Parts: sequence; C-alpha cells; structure tokens
Amino acid sequence: MAKIGVFICHCGENIGAKVDCTKLAATLGEHPGVAIAVDYKYFCSDPGQESVKKAIRDNNLTGVVVAACSPRMHEATFRKACAEAGLNPYMCEIANIREQCSWVHNDPVQATEKAADITRSMVEKVKRNNNLQPIEVPVTRRALVIGGGIAGIQAALDIANAGQEVVLVEREPTLGGHMAQLSETFPTLDCSQCIMTPRMVEAAQHPKIRLLTYAEVVGVDGYIGNFHVKVKMKARYVDTESCTGCGDCITKCPNKKILSEFDCGLGKRPAIYTPFAQSVPNKPIIDKANCTYFKNGKCKVCVKVCQLNSINFEMQDEFIDLEIGAIVVATGFQVQDNSVYGEYGYGKYKDVINGLQFERLASASGPTSGKILRPSDGKEPETVVFIQCAGSRDPSKGVRYCSKICCMYTAKHAMLYAHKVHGGKSNIFYMDIRAAGKGYDEFTRRAIEEDEASYLRGRVSKVWEENGKLMVRGVDTLLGIPVVIAADMVVLATAMVPQPDAKDFAKTIGIGYDEYGFFNEAHLKLRPVESSTAGIFLAGACQSPKDIPDSVAQASASASKILALFSKEKLEREPVVATNNEATCAGCWGCVLACPYNAIEKKDIVDRSGKVIKRVASVNPGLCQGCGTCVTFCRSNSLDLAGFTEKQIFAEVMGL
Amino acid sequence: MSEPFEPKIVAFVCTYCTYAGADLAGTSRLKYAPNVRIVRLPCTGRISPMFILKALQKGADGVLVSGCHPGDCHFTHGNYHARRRWTVFRALLEFTGIPLERVKFSWISAAEGGKFADFMNSVTEDIRKLGPFDQYQGLINETEAPATL
Repeated sequence: MAKIGVFICHCGENIGAKVDCTKLAATLGEHPGVAIAVDYKYFCSDPGQESVKKAIRDNNLTGVVVAACSPRMHEATFRKACAEAGLNPYMCEIANIREQCSWVHNDPVQATEKAADITRSMVEKVKRNNNLQPIEVPVTRRALVIGGGIAGIQAALDIANAGQEVVLVEREPTLGGHMAQLSETFPTLDCSQCIMTPRMVEAAQHPKIRLLTYAEVVGVDGYIGNFHVKVKMKARYVDTESCTGCGDCITKCPNKKILSEFDCGLGKRPAIYTPFAQSVPNKPIIDKANCTYFKNGKCKVCVKVCQLNSINFEMQDEFIDLEIGAIVVATGFQVQDNSVYGEYGYGKYKDVINGLQFERLASASGPTSGKILRPSDGKEPETVVFIQCAGSRDPSKGVRYCSKICCMYTAKHAMLYAHKVHGGKSNIFYMDIRAAGKGYDEFTRRAIEEDEASYLRGRVSKVWEENGKLMVRGVDTLLGIPVVIAADMVVLATAMVPQPDAKDFAKTIGIGYDEYGFFNEAHLKLRPVESSTAGIFLAGACQSPKDIPDSVAQASASASKILALFSKEKLEREPVVATNNEATCAGCWGCVLACPYNAIEKKDIVDRSGKVIKRVASVNPGLCQGCGTCVTFCRSNSLDLAGFTEKQIFAEVMGL
Repeated sequence: MSEPFEPKIVAFVCTYCTYAGADLAGTSRLKYAPNVRIVRLPCTGRISPMFILKALQKGADGVLVSGCHPGDCHFTHGNYHARRRWTVFRALLEFTGIPLERVKFSWISAAEGGKFADFMNSVTEDIRKLGPFDQYQGLINETEAPATL
C-alpha cells in the first residue's frame, strides 16, 4: 500500500501569494494513498528538509512529492534528503507549481486548482515509481585530444601535467594549427611562433603525451569512460623512427614547384617536405599526389640522399585502436572560400588576398621573410584596402554570424603594415568595430590614432583593375558619399567557417552540430565546454569562432572537466535507461533502428544445450542516454524507460 | 452559458527544450492562460500516441506536444522520430473522427519563454472556440459505467 508524503512549499510568497497552499495540503490529504500532506514556508531550507526526513521516518513513507519550484532547481536537493532518510532517492518527484503555475497565472482560484492537478498527477506517478540504483561504469584514465592547434595542445598539456595519459591526434604532418601560421598576435603584437612553438615541443616531448601526427580519428564507439577509438595513421613514406630530420631529401627533391599549404599558396615547397621549419615532429612526409616517383615510377632522389634509409615508398596506411576515457574535440576552423565574393576579385587578381595570407606575408618565416610585398610583382604596396566582414554577417553568402576575430586582426594588419611600410596608407572598410576584450578597444584605437589607419564605415561593392591599380568602390556611410580608392593590395577579412568535413566528423564521433557545422555545446551558458554526448568535450574554434585566449580558456576548461572525470574509479550515472522484457520481445529490431546511441544490441537466448532459441534486443545501460524513443517504437511493449515508464505516464495523465 | 467554457489541455513536452522554455516563461513572469497541464518526458521521442489518446479519453479538451526544434534535440534525433510518428498519427486521428485541431504540435526551445506563453494562450483560445470535447466521452458513457475525471 502506497504511503505518499506531499510537501507543499510556499517558497515565501512566490507560491504562497497565488496558490492557497493550506487548502492545497488539505485537498491532497484526502487523495487516496497520501499518508501526509503538509505545507511549509521553505522546504528547501535546512529545517524544511529536516521536516521532510522526519515525516519519511515517522510515517514510513513509500514515496514523496514536493510541490515547489522546477525540478531543474531542487530535484537533486530533495532526492538527497530522501536518501538520507532511508528512502530510495528515485521515489521522490517534484510537482512544479512555481515556474509553471504561481509565477505565470494571475487568478488565485485557477492557480490553486492547477497546482492541485499538477500535484495530484505527480502523486499518481510516484505511486508507480520503482527503486532505482545509479549505474556505475568504470573509467579508462586516458584522454584523447583531437586536433593539435593551440586549443588541442593546451588541453593535452593540462591533462598530462596532472599526471594522466593523453593521446594527441593531429591530421596534418605537424602540430601547430592556424596559430603557427600567424605573424603577430593581438593585442600585444607577440610573435605567434615564439609563443606557439615551445608549446608544440613541450607537447611532443611530454612523457604522458602520445603524439600521433598525420593521423585521423575514423571511428568512435562506446560511451563516457569507455570509448573505443580507431585512428588512421596516414602513410608518410618516411620512417619517423630512423629519420633525424636532417633535411637533405628536402633540399635535393627536384620537384619544388608545389604551392605551400602552410603559406596559403603564396610560397612553394618540394614534394618531400615539412610544412614549416619549426614543424613538430620535424620529420618530412612525401606528398604522394605530387611526387615524381609516385607519378612516373622514376626519380628516387630522396632515397639516394637519405643516409639512414628512412624513405619507404611501400608504406601503407595503418589503423590503431585506442581505449579512451574522455575526448576533447579541438578540430579548429577554416577560412571561408573568398571566391563567393566574385565582385572582390579574389582568385582573379593576385593582389586580392585574405587575412591569413596577409599573416604569411607579415610573418618572418613566411614566403617574403616578413616583408609586405605584392604577390603579383613583389613590390611594396603604397596603399592597402582592408575589407572587413568579407563573408561574416552576410546572410546572402551563408554566414550570418560574426567571426569575432576579424576586427582585431584587421587592426593588427593595419599596424603591422604601418610598421613595415613607412608612409603606407591603409584604408579599412568596416560595418562595426567589435573590439570587446581585454585591451582590445585600446588596440584598435592605437591602429587609428598612432598608426593612422583610415576607417571608413561602409561596404565595398566592387574591386576591379585599372592601370595596374586595384580600384575599390565603396561607400562611406558616415559622410554619405561614394568612395573609390586606388589600391595596390586588397585584404579580405574572411569569415571563419567550420572545417569542410565538420558535419561528417561530428557524425563519426557522435556529437551535435549547428546549421553551419560548428559543434554544439550541451548548454550555451552553463555547459559551454561539454558536447551533447557525455565524455566528449569541445575546445577552440570548432565550437564557434574564437580568438586565442578564448580557445586556450576553453581548452583548459575541457581539461579540468576531464580531470574531474578521471578523479574517480567509477562513474555514477542517472539510472534513467531503457530496459527490455526479453520474454515478450519479438526481435523486430525497430528499437535498434530508433536508438540514436547504438545502445541496443541483439542478444541470443540459448537453451541448455547451447542452441539459440530466440534473439532479443538488449539495452546497454552504459550507452543508453534515456531518451525513450525505443520505448515508443516497441511494437510489443517490451521496452520501458526507468523513471518514465508507461505505467507512470498513464497514471500521471489520469491524475490530471 | 453564464461562465465561459474553460478547456482542459494536456501538454506532453520534453525536459530539455519545452519544459525548460516553460520554466523560462515562469522566471520571466510572463502571464498566460492556466488551462494547460504539463507532463514532462525526457524527449519527444518518448511520447507515445497512446498518451495523447489517453488524455483525450480522460477528458482533456485538447492535447499539445512540444519539443526541441529540428536539429536541436538533446538526444540528437528523438524529435525527428516524434515528427514522423505525428505525421502517421494524424491520419489515424482523422480516421477515428477526433478533430485534428484538438491536437497541436510545436517546437519550443529552452530560450523561447515568450513563445511558450504565446502558444499556451493561442492553443487555449483555439480549444475554447472548439468547445468541450465530449464525443468520446459520450461514447464511453454509453458503453461503460460513467467515467470520472
């Protein structure tokens, strides 16, 4: 026989002013199965909780309904109180009579009536609640960090420095990501490589970090604490064990006309190469698509010059399996393809470049050794036009969001240009200057006031070539006049977009993504570093456009989340999972198709002689996230969801 | 009629989006019609058509189902299952003679407290215009002992 305790909270005046709590208690007290119904000013307070515990003990209650604020506020509080009084915590339910009743209705009579309905319906549910036990899952204390840019490196170092094992996977031949390509960084004008490369080396040499470069994660199975990860090690055609990185093969390679990806197509590299001089690991790879031997079967110059016999044309892709407890996704971003702006002439005029290309021109390690020179003729540009929001905040080009970093890096570019080309004139077309950040607004002011960047508020409509100059036609909306500027170089502040394969990758590892392909956080405000999948965390620009400090902060936050996870031997999870009645399961596998988590497996039922007599669905409680989609799918009513069983829901509906 | 008819409406919502949206309407102190009773479920994917029929059978004048916007489901695609199920269920409702206007479907996110309040008002108004849902009730009364709410 059910003995339910109903505890009606006034929440000061929050509930009490609209809902007649005393009357509510009296009404509920009459309800079948209710042993005690009381009201009190604040049940969440210490004496309030004590009175709940006392009532549980004194009346031997079998279930508790607290009619109060949203379960999102205090469900955990009252479940804990129940547990302390010896009642299974899952025998406690919350009737939400504050957020969904007293706060939203004016008429006290109607509000009281609704509160009674809500509470009664929860009483009917609780009568059918079952004792549940939290699910315990073991934890593999090894983290996987996907992406070796600044975010990935930071996360890997933070986890490794706390003494936990890390596998750092990078798909390019070297660590570094986009940050290694930058010249200086705002707002301090620190040399990017000077702060980046030591971190790369630290990550590579760390005893707790296993570094896998030129490798890709191709499969993730399992669940929090117990992921099975498959990594493809792409063939480098160079044995990294024996190679010392002497670079003889690189200097002797006859095919040196390949556009360098690292220099954004502004420089050249050979077919056997390291992306840049400070690559980590500093071991070359062979670009199979451009290697003369792979194309014609002849050449092998690198084999001849290599004294350590490290070149191996027979090398194949390899796959390795990893057991992982938690994952940081730090796969970064790409710059938008500027050819969407045909009117700006990107791709048509050599001297129309994007921001990342300007970084390479300004970088001491870049193709011009840090001199700002026109890609077309190698001359110093006397006038440069920077176009901000070339892609960002432009729904017609498919990017509605602000890329966040462009206002800052454009100001930086104008400064670098002023420092390197004395007397050079920079003009910046902008929509708004968004310089929110520590020292950021001061930085843009410096560009304007000290380095004399001319900011024109307006858009550019067209760029065309005339007498060796790039003519930029725009509008200065503050003066209300059209402007035409004859420039020597045009730099587009291109939008940051997700990696082209971001959506496919999200599906591979099982996390959510938005309309663009940026990965979704579990909660935009309160859980910004967790993905929607337990045990997978996000860091850096793969989640949304971010600058370096934000990426580093998010990476460290992800690392600390993982360290908290690794601080326990076993994980406890809410027991809201599906269960199957194997006796009635017909093995139609509708649930297998419905399950978003691949949590349902096919299980053989064998007789004594080992003969398979039936195949049924079996739910893996470690994988099940408790959405209940399978339950509704089940044609034979064999599946049910703990905490939200068919019986409970029907009772709830009938109680209304 | 001396008093205007006050319909009783049952809402089946997911805990991650619409339930949180309803909470947000509360914390924002938005006022809306008190006719809707919420049943919280983990996901719209958990909502069985049987729940809707049961609510109508037990005297609800209208039912609404609401969850996360397409693409936003916490469980990645429970809401797509719910949508597909609803499409099929509509045909069944029509066949059984239950007016489709009595069952509403919507997407309300955790950030849309205002939308939640507006939706509650519009649904209540619509159902009020339709009047009490007593076809089903009449049938039950003929075949069984008088049903109690």
